[in-house]
Parts: sequence; C-alpha cells; structure tokens
Amino acid sequence: MKLEDFRQKQAEAAGSAEELREALEREFQVIGRRLRRTDGLAKSTGRTMFADDISLAGMLHGKILRSPHPHALIKSIDASAALALEGVHAVITGRDMAVTYGIIPWTRDEYPLCVDKVRYVGDGVAAVAAIDEDTANLALDLIEVAYEVLPHHLDPEEALADAETPIHEPRKPGQNGNVSKHVHLEFGEVDRLMSESDVIVEGEYYFEGSTHTPIEPHCAIGYYDASGKLTVWSATQVPHYLHRELARVLDLDVAKVRVVQPPVGGAFGGKSEPFDLEFCVAKLSMVSGRPVKILYTREEVFYAHRGRHPMLMRYKTGASRNGRIKAVDASTIIDGGGYSSFGLVTTYYSGQLITAPYTMESYRFDSTRVYTNKPCCGPKRGHGSVQPRFAIEIQLDKVAEALDIDPIQLRRINFLGADSRTINEFRVTSNGFPQCLDAVEKASDWKDKYRKLPYGRGVGIAGSCYISGTNYPIYPNEMPQSAVQLQVDRSGRVAVFCGASEIGQGSDSTFAYIVAEELGVPLDYVRILSADTDLTPVDLGAYSSRVTFMCGNACIDAAQKIKEKVRKAVSDAWECKPKQVVLAAGWAFDAKDTDQKMPISEAFNLAEAKFGTLGATGSYNTPKDIHGEYRGGTIGASPAYSFTAHAVELEVDPETGFVDVDKIWVAHDCGRALNPVLVEGQIEGSAYMGFGEAIMEEQIFKETGLHNAPSLLDYKIPTSLDTPEMEALIIESVDPEGPYGAKEAGEGPLHPSIPAIANAIYDAVGVRLDRLPFSPPRVWAALGERRKHEESGKLAPWKQPQEVELPAAGD
Amino acid sequence: MIDVIELTVNGDVHEIGVPSHYSLLEALRYVLGYTGSKQGCDKGDCGACTVLLDGVATLSCILPVHEAIDHEVTTVEGLVGPDGPHPLQDAFDLCGAAQCGFCTPGILISAAGLLRCTQDPSREEIREALSGNLCRCTGYTKIYEAVEVAARAIRENRSPSEVIHA
Repeated sequence: MKLEDFRQKQAEAAGSAEELREALEREFQVIGRRLRRTDGLAKSTGRTMFADDISLAGMLHGKILRSPHPHALIKSIDASAALALEGVHAVITGRDMAVTYGIIPWTRDEYPLCVDKVRYVGDGVAAVAAIDEDTANLALDLIEVAYEVLPHHLDPEEALADAETPIHEPRKPGQNGNVSKHVHLEFGEVDRLMSESDVIVEGEYYFEGSTHTPIEPHCAIGYYDASGKLTVWSATQVPHYLHRELARVLDLDVAKVRVVQPPVGGAFGGKSEPFDLEFCVAKLSMVSGRPVKILYTREEVFYAHRGRHPMLMRYKTGASRNGRIKAVDASTIIDGGGYSSFGLVTTYYSGQLITAPYTMESYRFDSTRVYTNKPCCGPKRGHGSVQPRFAIEIQLDKVAEALDIDPIQLRRINFLGADSRTINEFRVTSNGFPQCLDAVEKASDWKDKYRKLPYGRGVGIAGSCYISGTNYPIYPNEMPQSAVQLQVDRSGRVAVFCGASEIGQGSDSTFAYIVAEELGVPLDYVRILSADTDLTPVDLGAYSSRVTFMCGNACIDAAQKIKEKVRKAVSDAWECKPKQVVLAAGWAFDAKDTDQKMPISEAFNLAEAKFGTLGATGSYNTPKDIHGEYRGGTIGASPAYSFTAHAVELEVDPETGFVDVDKIWVAHDCGRALNPVLVEGQIEGSAYMGFGEAIMEEQIFKETGLHNAPSLLDYKIPTSLDTPEMEALIIESVDPEGPYGAKEAGEGPLHPSIPAIANAIYDAVGVRLDRLPFSPPRVWAALGERRKHEESGKLAPWKQPQEVELPAAGD
Repeated sequence: MIDVIELTVNGDVHEIGVPSHYSLLEALRYVLGYTGSKQGCDKGDCGACTVLLDGVATLSCILPVHEAIDHEVTTVEGLVGPDGPHPLQDAFDLCGAAQCGFCTPGILISAAGLLRCTQDPSREEIREALSGNLCRCTGYTKIYEAVEVAARAIRENRSPSEVIHA
C-alpha cells in the first residue's frame, strides 16, 4: 500500500486497530515504496530555483576572458580601456587572487585566473563585472593581453616524450614536468602466473574522452556585503570543499564565508570541484561592492570540462583452461589535460577498481597521467574505472571465446564472493553479482541468443563494481564524513538540516523517507534544508556515490536518538516498556495493544515536556582496516561496493556500419532500494550515459587546441530518438552497513554499458571494436578489414552471412 | 534601445520595456520573472527554453521577443491551474520523470503541445515530439511513461494517480 493511500485510509479509519496491526506486520512503512520525491512537484511546476533563477538587487553580470592559445606565457594585461567603459564596475586578473588551489590538497596547481601562463584554449585570464551581459562582453574585447606563445602538446604520448617546455614545473628537478602522476602496483607474481597460463589474450584499447553536458550550465553568484561577509550561491556538488577553498584563496575568515547550493541541474562529476567562476564572482563582488553573477555559456561548459580522461590501455590476461584468471597485466596512459583536478585519484582508480567482481590470482598495473594542453579532465560518472572496465570486460570476452566457455559462465567461474578481500586488499561485504548475472541472462533470453542470432544481430554481456563513497575524505581528518541535525516541532513536523547536495539524484527525498520511517511521521511533515554552510552540518558532497550511504546513515543515527526519547516519554505515560512503543504511519501505538495509541504530534509533545526541546545530531564515519597498508591502498577502499551486469541486444547494418542498440537490460545490486523509482532512474540514466559514450560522444580537439564541437548540436548526446529501450532490474543483497542495507546506484550501472555493446557487436558481426565511439565509419572500416581476412581465407565467415541474390537486370 | 511592447503570457497581458534585441526567453526570465523556462545553451540546441506559442512548442531562446507580440505564450508555470497541477506535471512527479528537473519545463511544454493535437499518442509519437528536448539524467524512459499516464488521465477524466493504480 502506498504511504499516501495509507494516510488517507488512516484519516478515514482514525487509526483503526487493524491498520496499526498491519503496520506491525510490515518490515518498513516507508522504505522500499514507490514514492514521489519531496521536491518533485516544485520541479514539474517550474518553481524550483536553480542558481541562474536567483537575482539580487543591483546584481552585476560577470564574464571571463579566456586564452585563445593552448600554451603561452602571459607577458602583460592592460585592462584600462575595459575599466573605463561605461557600465563596467570591476575588472580583475590572476594577480588579484594569486593563490593556488586544487580539489586534491597535494596537487594545488591552478589559479582562479591564470597568473603567469595559460595551459589550454579557454584557460581564464581576466574577469569583468558590468551592468549587463552585453557591456560585460564589450569590456572583455577591450582587455589587451600580450602572450608569448609556447609549443603545445595535445597527445599524451608526445607530451611524455617531449617535456622541453613542460606544461607544469616538475615537482623535483630532473623529473618530467608533463607527468601528472605515476602509479605502479603489483599483487602476486604476475610474470610467473602469466607463463603458467593456458591461454593469454592481449589487446590495446583506447577509451575516448567525453564530457558531462549537464543541461544546466555552471552558474555562481557572489555577494560580499557591507559587513564583510561573503555569500556564494553556486551550482556545485561540493559546497563544503568550495567553502574551504574560497576562504583560503581569498584570504577570508572561514566563518565569514557562506556557500549556498541551490538545487543543481545535473552534474555527474562536472561540478565537483571549485571553478574559476566561483572565485571570480566573489572577488568581483569584493571589488565592486555589488552582487555579481556569472553564468557559463554552453561553450564554456565544454571548455571547463573535468570529464572522462582518455585512456590508452594495453592489457594482457592469462587464464587457465578451466577459466580461472591467473594474471592481469595492465599498462595505461591517461590524458589529463592542463591541470591535476582529481588526477591523483584517477590514476589510482585506473587500476585499483577492477579487482572485483572477479578473482585474479595476480595483478599488475602501471598507470601514468600526463598533462596536455587541453581542458582539464576530472571525474565523470564512474570516475577512472569506466575505462579499465571497458578493457577488462572485452579481455574476458576474448578469454571466453578462446576457451569456448559462455561469457556469463566465465564470470561465474571467477566470482569473488561476498565477505571477501580483493587481491588489492579491499574489503567486499555484500555482493549480489551472481544474482545480477542471473537476472540479465534470464531477461535477455541469453542462452537462446548468444552466437545464435542471424548475422548482423548480437548480444553482449559485461559486469562491473563500484564504490559507495570513498573511505577517506579529500583532506585528511578524523571527523565524520557526513552529519545531519534534526529538529522536531510541536506540530509533528521534523526539520532535517544536512550538508548533502541534491543534484537530481533524490538525496533530499531519501533523507525524508528515512526520517519518516524512523519517527513515524507522515512524509509531508518532513522538511529538508540542505547544503547551506551557514546552517547545515558538514557533508563532504555528492561525489563518489557517497550520499545515500553516508548521509543516510547519519539520518538514522540522529532519528534514533529522538525516537528513543519519544518512546521513553510515551511508555512512561502508558506504563509499559519503551520497546513496545511503535512510531509508524502518523501514530505512536502499543505493539501489544493497538487500541492504545496517540497521534505522533502528541507523542512528540510528551517527549518535549519530559526532555525539553527535541533535537539531535547524527553522523557517520567509515570503518578503518578495510584496505591494505601499502601506499595507495586506501584509494578505492569503500565501506560497500555495488555490482552491476548489463546484457545488450543490437543490430549492426553491414552496409553503413550503423549500430542500432535495441535493448539494454541492467541488473544492479544496490543493497536495498530505498525508493525503487529513484533507483530505476539512476540505473536508466547511467545506462543511457554509457550508451552515449559508446555510440556517439567524443570530447576531441582540433590541432589549434580548439574544442572540435563545443555545442549541444555538434557534441552528440542521445536524444529520445537515439536512446534504446532499457530495463532496470533491481537486485538487493542488503548490505550490513548501508542504511537499511542500501548501497550506491548512481555510478555503478554505467560501467558495463560500453563493453557490453562492444561484445554484442562482436557477437553480431565478428569485429572487435577497441576504440570509442563505435561510430558508423569506424564500424564500417572494421567490417571491411574482417571481410578482407575472410576473403583471403584467414578467417572463417562470421555466422555465415546470408547471400543476397541481386535482382537480374530488367526485373 | 528599449522598446515598450505587449506580451500575453499565461493568460495575462503585460506591457513591458525590453531591450530591442531580447529573445522571448530573456524577456520571460529577466523582465517578467518567469524563471521556469531555462537557458541551457542559448542557441536552440537543447530545448530547455521551450514554451508554447499559440499552443505550438517553440524555442524561446532563439525567438526575437517581437515575434511573440500578438501571440499567446504559455510557460511551464502556466500549466498549473487553480485546481492544481496539469495532469502531465502530476504524472511526472508520480512516475519519477524528473531527476534534476532542469530540462523538465521544456519537456513538459513539448508534451503539452503533443497532447493538444494527439490525445492517445503512441510511444513513437511521444519520442518524436520530445526529440528536440535533451535530458541528461533520466534516459527518457520514465518521461514516456509519465506522458502516457497523463494522456490516459486526460482521456478518461481521472487523476494520474488513479490511472497508475488501476
């Protein structure tokens, strides 16, 4: 029964004993139901105020001047003509805030505006604030910047080889200044086990870059008021980290800085670090004394990027005749763009995150992140692990073929198991991967289709795992990673203050469900106030799929403290044991006698009279000892991992190379679906985004360093006509540590999209695509290559293509 | 240069002063305060700015404001009536068709435009009607379901909630 229906019946039945007995029988009252969001109607009636919808009196419009060169020294900037233009209130350059920052404290290598050099076309050098957008744009044209152009590198292998004019100064003399990060880790004896393998498959895979393209461009408003307090409204995923960096870079007392995060119009990792516009609106406001807003143009969003790192991956996999993976050896070059961003973490993730869901007897990876003169890469949904997952899942497909084992079966044979450790010592607890495989195998009719469909049609499989939050925060500290504060009102209302960022994933709603579940209040009695650093306790932000798990647990912690007080007060009044008192469905009632009841607000009033004003904080911190002690061992560690399997069915047109994906079945182990509608939404959205990367997206650049397609017309993301049918299958392994057993669902379901499509293409037409995207020219060329080998007798015809008799002349 | 013009938006006639080069979207957002229609690209590529112009889905970011004079403009805010949200808006909420909600106003308008012409659209017709609206969150699946629920609710004169539970 839906909660809203329940409430209505409750009002009618005035809390009949029967209703309450039914409530006792259910495991949960709210959790697991298909419910509306708490912010849903505001969104669908156009009332939600996103950052660009906010306007303050006297607000100025800001614009940023950006470098036209991919690599150059800034010799001088003359902004006098811009400053003199009527309507211009402030002009700033890099020197006005020459403090480096970076989301990762060990790699602070960027300035809000460049000070001495620019590192990609689009790197910011100056900013203006004016009475309107047109005046601001005119002012930009009047700023004269003298550049000394330097040689540039767009290719990471070239940048690696030639660091004559390095993009960054080497950290130590003699080092290669174009190397951003290098990681080499080995577990077990790879060389020996490789030599003992019965089958070895190799491959070189290139995962092209792609970008997030949230429909909302980045937007920030800065207001430095007369009292010397700075408020920044920003569409950010990380208000807490932004708060810290604003204070540090602008040299302000952190207690005099406030970050307010309005609802965000999509982010996917593209808004998870401080950006130039946030510092600029703050500084421009400090200089002009007025509020200042900057809204990125769509083109600027493409240049801001911080998206999927292109990776060139060389993989060697050894397996025994019975299908067990004995050795995996990976070597990866990562194209980082002009700055570090999260690059230190990316480099570790490029190897650390593929050691589940399969066992490997030995594993070695060597990854090098290289700077290039292009917009900086960063975290995009599935940060740093989507690319190696692409490689390993195709490697497994090749192993399966070499050993004549069904690819799903091969994955079963190598299943890691629940309550185990990966070879790189990550602790895995709940693990529903086999159920995911079973679900997609059944739903797709795999056994009747694999290698059995006519030429041109194929099915493919892939699996994956992902973290439910990182085990450690970005800046080292021992404090909780998430916290909430609850406040209970005499009317029965509960206010939830939490720092967590609602970016469309439904975090605000999730906390409401949890509080309603724990305290028995109707859902619309719960108010969520999130992500205002003046008012909400710290949550580290919406990244690494941490919010449901960590903030959800903090909510339960706080709610249970209040619940205890309420039960005590009610049980005292009824002279029964506290544990007999149930809070559910708007009532407090006696489990042993459902005629003994009171409305929940009355129960709260009793508790308030007994204990004083009701409020509680709750927090969550991750367990330690769930990773190895070696250097880098913590990166990839998580309190819980989600698991996913995709099956894909598609058709390849051999005449055009066009790949038409019919359907994607996605089975995702999210631990427990707190609201299945939200989880399905994440599964479908993830699969859609992976599909886009596989088939059509490319973040590529011209020789000049200009973005090849900085518009939503030319950078192809799937429209309703392109997107295949998707079926979301929820698997619940009930994690021991997640809130009600819940784990992440926001990033995991994306990973298998790309390799499943690649494997399905192979099943359809016998060509292995190892480069993204699988565009028609690429597929068509690969088909041509295959045809040549078939004609020369080197390869047998794939699935016996049908011979089509051409009509005779005259028909 | 500022022009004084008359715009009819959501049933109200407004006399406003606008810079002569303004698009309809700029006039709606900056002059009239109707921030429901969004600026996603300002070039007509994403559809987040879609409004109804005499009942026809139109990209307001590339429509000069002057071309909206003597026409009826309906924004997402105008789909809400005194009796509550439009069945489309309610269905979107029930079906989980909005995640971040940024593309949602444009999608709702395009769907409203479709339902004015076609009372029982097929899935294919829905996909066509929405093909000019980019969504990055949902993968479109629940959007189609919501439109189908809303269409049925309107045809059968029931609430979307009743349609879903039937």
